[in-house]
Formats: sequence, C-alpha cells, structure tokens
Amino acid sequence: MIEIENITKRYGAVTVVNDVSLVVQPRTITVIVGTSGSGKTTLMRMINRLVEPTAGVIKLDGEDNRTLPGYELRRRIGYAIQGHGLFPHRTVAQNIAVVPELLGWDKAKIDARVRELLALFQLDPETFGPRYPHELSGGQQQRIGVARALAAEPNVLLMDEPFGALDPVIRSKAQEDLLAIQKRFGTTIILVTHDMEEAIHLGHKIAVMDGGNLLQYATPAEILANPATDFVATLVGTGDRPFRFLSLSPAGDAVEPGTAEGEAIPASATQRDALAELLWSGRPALPVVNEAGKAIGRVTVDGLVKRASRPAA
Amino acid sequence: MKLRLPTILRIGILALLIVFLLRPDWFEPIFRPLTQNNAPVIYNQGSLLTLTLLHLRTVAIATAGATIVAVALAILVTRPFGAEFLPLSRSLVNIGQTFPPVAVLALAVPAVGFGEKPTLIALFLYGLLPIFENSLTGLTTLPPTVTDAARGVGMTGWQRLVKVELPLAMPIILAGIRLSVTINLATATIGSTVAAKTLGEVIIAGLQSNNLSFVLQGGLIVGVLAVMIYDGLSAMERFISRRMGLLQQS
Ligand SMILES: Nc1ncnc2c1ncn2[C@@H]1O[C@H](COP(=O)(O)OP(=O)(O)OP(=O)(O)O)[C@@H](O)[C@H]1O
Ligand SMILES: [Mg+2]
Repeated sequence: MIEIENITKRYGAVTVVNDVSLVVQPRTITVIVGTSGSGKTTLMRMINRLVEPTAGVIKLDGEDNRTLPGYELRRRIGYAIQGHGLFPHRTVAQNIAVVPELLGWDKAKIDARVRELLALFQLDPETFGPRYPHELSGGQQQRIGVARALAAEPNVLLMDEPFGALDPVIRSKAQEDLLAIQKRFGTTIILVTHDMEEAIHLGHKIAVMDGGNLLQYATPAEILANPATDFVATLVGTGDRPFRFLSLSPAGDAVEPGTAEGEAIPASATQRDALAELLWSGRPALPVVNEAGKAIGRVTVDGLVKRASRPAA
Repeated sequence: MKLRLPTILRIGILALLIVFLLRPDWFEPIFRPLTQNNAPVIYNQGSLLTLTLLHLRTVAIATAGATIVAVALAILVTRPFGAEFLPLSRSLVNIGQTFPPVAVLALAVPAVGFGEKPTLIALFLYGLLPIFENSLTGLTTLPPTVTDAARGVGMTGWQRLVKVELPLAMPIILAGIRLSVTINLATATIGSTVAAKTLGEVIIAGLQSNNLSFVLQGGLIVGVLAVMIYDGLSAMERFISRRMGLLQQS
C-alpha cells in the first residue's frame, strides 16, 4: 500500500505539486493523468525520492519512505523512466541486470532472471541479450526499460509515460503485456500518462492532475459518470463518454438470454467492441460465446445502448 | 581481414621509424645533401633510440600526472559538494595554459635544478587544461535521461560516477588526453635547453653546428611520433564511441 499524505513540492515560489493526498491499494494499477506540466512526474518521483517533497509524507506499507537511504529505497522500487533511459554503454542483458547486481544477487540467478524477462517480453535472449540499446527499435528499447524496472521483482513499479513513443499497434500490445504482468506478479503499479483512453483502459483507479492539484481520484467508471470538475469532463471527452463507459466492462456482463445469427463475439471482449461490431454489421443482436466457445446468450443494440447512458449518481 | 590503404600506410610509417631508430646509418644517403663540409650526416652525439625512449618517457610521465590531476579535479567540481570550486579551478588551469612553457622552465630551474624535473613540471602544467576542459565537458553533458536512470535504479553517487558517468564521458576525456599528448610531444623538445634528455638535443645540436640534417632528424622523429600517437588515440576513441552507439557505423 502506498499512502501519499499532503504532499507538496515547490521550486522557489512555484508550487508544482500542491497538497496531494491519495492511497494506492496493493496489487492495483493507479494511473496519473493530466496535461503536460501538471506535476505528474514530480508526484511520482517523490515516491522513490528522486525528488524530495517540500512538505508531506509518503508511506510504503505503513513505513515512511525516508527510513531507508534513497538509493536503497530505489533498488526496491521499479522505475521505468520517461524516455526509457537505457545505459548506452551496456548491453541489453547488462541493462536488465543492473538492479539485481546492485543488490548482490549471484551470477547464475541474474542470468536466469534476464533470460526470463527477455522471454516474457517476446525478445529472444540469444539475439537481444548481447545487443546494445542503439541496436534496438524504439518499441524494443521501451520494453527493455520496463524489463529493467521489473528485474529485481519489486512490489512497486513506477512507470512514466512508458508507451508514449509507441505506434498504436505496438502500444496496445504493450498495454496488454503490462496487464498480464501485473496480474501474474501482483505488482502495485503507478503509471503516468496524458492519454485518458490509456488511463481508462489500464487503471483500477485514476488520479487526474491539473496545475499541481489532484482534481479527482476515483475509479474509471466514477470519473466517466461524475467528473469532479469541468476540466476532468473535458479530459474525459464528452463526445466519447458513452463509448469509453462501455469499454470498461466485458460483453459477458451484458448478455441477455436468447440466440442470434452470425459470427459470435467472445465474452471477454469489451461491450464497446460488441456494440461496434453490431453497428458495423448492421445486425440487431450478436451471439456471445464463453472461453470454451460455448454460446451463453446474446448482446443486443438496445441492451448496450441502455448501458451506455449515464448511470444514476 | 582486408588490409586497407590507411592501415598499410600506418604500418609502413611505423616500420620505417623503427628501422631508422635502430639503424640510422642506413639512411645516410638520404640526408647527405643536407650537410656541408663533410660534417657528420647522422646524429652522432648519442643514440637516437635512447633519446626517443627518454623523450616518450618524459611525455608519458607528465601526461599521466596531468591526466590524474585534471580528471580528479573535474570529478571533484562536478560533485554537489565541489560545485563552488568550479570557477576557481577553471581559472587556475587556465593560468597553467597561458604561462609560456619556456617561462615555466626558467622559473623551475632555480627551484628544482637542471634536467628532467623542470621539463616535467612545464609539460604537466601545459597538459592540464585540455584534459580538464574535456573531462568537464564530458561529465556535464551526459544525457539527462541516463543520469536520471542511474539514480532511479538505486546507484550511490560513487557507483554512478564509476559505472555510468566516467564510461560515458570517456571518449571526450580521451580526446583531451590526445590533445595534451600531442602538444607535449612537441613542447618536450625545449626541455633540452635545461639539459633534459629529449629529442630536443638532436635539434639543438643541429642548430648549434648549423647541421640541417640533425635538425631534420630530430624534427621528423617528433613529428612522426606525434602523428602516430594522435592517430592511435583517435582510433581508440572511435572504438569506444561506436560501442556506445554515440557514433554510427561508418
Ligand atoms: N527541477 C525543477 N526545477 C524547477 N521546476 C521544475 C523542476 N522539475 C519540474 N519543474 C516544473 O514543474 C512542473 C511539473 O513538472 P512535471 O515534470 O512533474 O510535469 P509532468 O506533468 O510530468 O509533465 P509532462 O507530461 O510534460 O511530462 C513543470 O512546470 C516543470 O517546469
Ligand atoms: Mg512527465
């Protein structure tokens, strides 16, 4: 658990982060969104003390993060920096091995971990391990940056716009990878982005920042349904709101009894995908199948449209 | 491996230099036209090989000293606790550069006597600036995301310096050392005016007896050494830079 209590950061007379408090539950993903310069990076860097707060306390599992020396704290917290920050003079394998080496793991264990992580990110250890960062594509560099942050199996992972530089296809692939990794290791993740779409997709909770202030800290559904301020509403994008809302839940939740003709949609697909498919194919209803491929009912245009309307506050 | 023309040229020049140092008399016919009145053609007041080695030794010691001091100074003033000494150390090193080496020699002789010592002092002071300036540039222009990452992964100040900052600054520091060595290879010849054993002896002997052949021999050896060492160190820098992706494969 990460407890941020009344954190303020000032540079001279300028307040960059203003009295922010929030609690991040263990094994969840919290996404910090906001426009450029709103203080997202600064807030995140106060967790691993790359920036020291002017006022306030941050506790990790109940313990003040100033109990340990900064460098020891940072070895325990994974940090994927804005713009990957790989060491250009070290190979990919050496880059990933940095934190385990600082922690004094033995060589065999480090080697095994490096291979495991490369495999996890679908990069062949024999091919990519000995390469230097400049011999990788941007997407590969980004993945190595995340792999380095995960190397010492941290409980907490901080990610600063990890998918910013990626094209849409690789980006959604990287997001799926991240969700899978988070499920598998139960890592508590704090991720910074300025893309609301990404925040809604990834976050269990979303923190909206503007001008150093925390405007709203809530679940994606809550933020979509009841934006706290006009700024949050603008960020959410009023035009897209119903569709974003539908993207939060799987089609399986909207299943109605009955059957329908044509190609089926898996229950794990989002309701937004289901509606899109319905509209695109001009059908009134779609069959829904579960993981085993067995029909469990259907989704209808009417049913989905009702769900897309604003929930009662 | 295919030998390319520059490589062949380098090997050829090195071989020629070694042969000349070991068997200077073989080259007598080439230098003969430069002498008059049956004066000796090849330097005969000592071994060219010994003088060359002593010359190199003087430059090596002075440059090594200058490197250690300049790099240490650059490290010191780029740490948080040393930042306030940055202007001071810059001006100190600049003074070392503006002082003519001859003046340093003249001042050093009364203090430490004749011979190699005053030469070492002059070369040391003269070699400081390029290395210091380059080390400073190297250590202060590192990519911010990389230094940030070094802190982010939990390196201590010392680990950041040794594992990240110095390796990344190395090509620029090496360029400073290269500059310093080349300047000092030439400057070392004036050490012979205060009785240091360097190739300057050959040149001075030639000047005193109006023997152009001697002057040319001394000058050529110094010149060839400077070019070859410059070339070798450049190759080393390129190799390291390429390793780090700072320079694209040509
Ligand atoms: N070391 C510093 N000294 C002075 N001002 C700073 C410093 N670091 C950040 N700031 C200022 O604090 C504000 C917030 O910066 P921060 O990096 O947290 O923004 P951000 O929300 O991460 O923006 P982006 O989306 O562009 O990354 C900016 O106005 C920035 O100029
Ligand atoms: Mg930022």
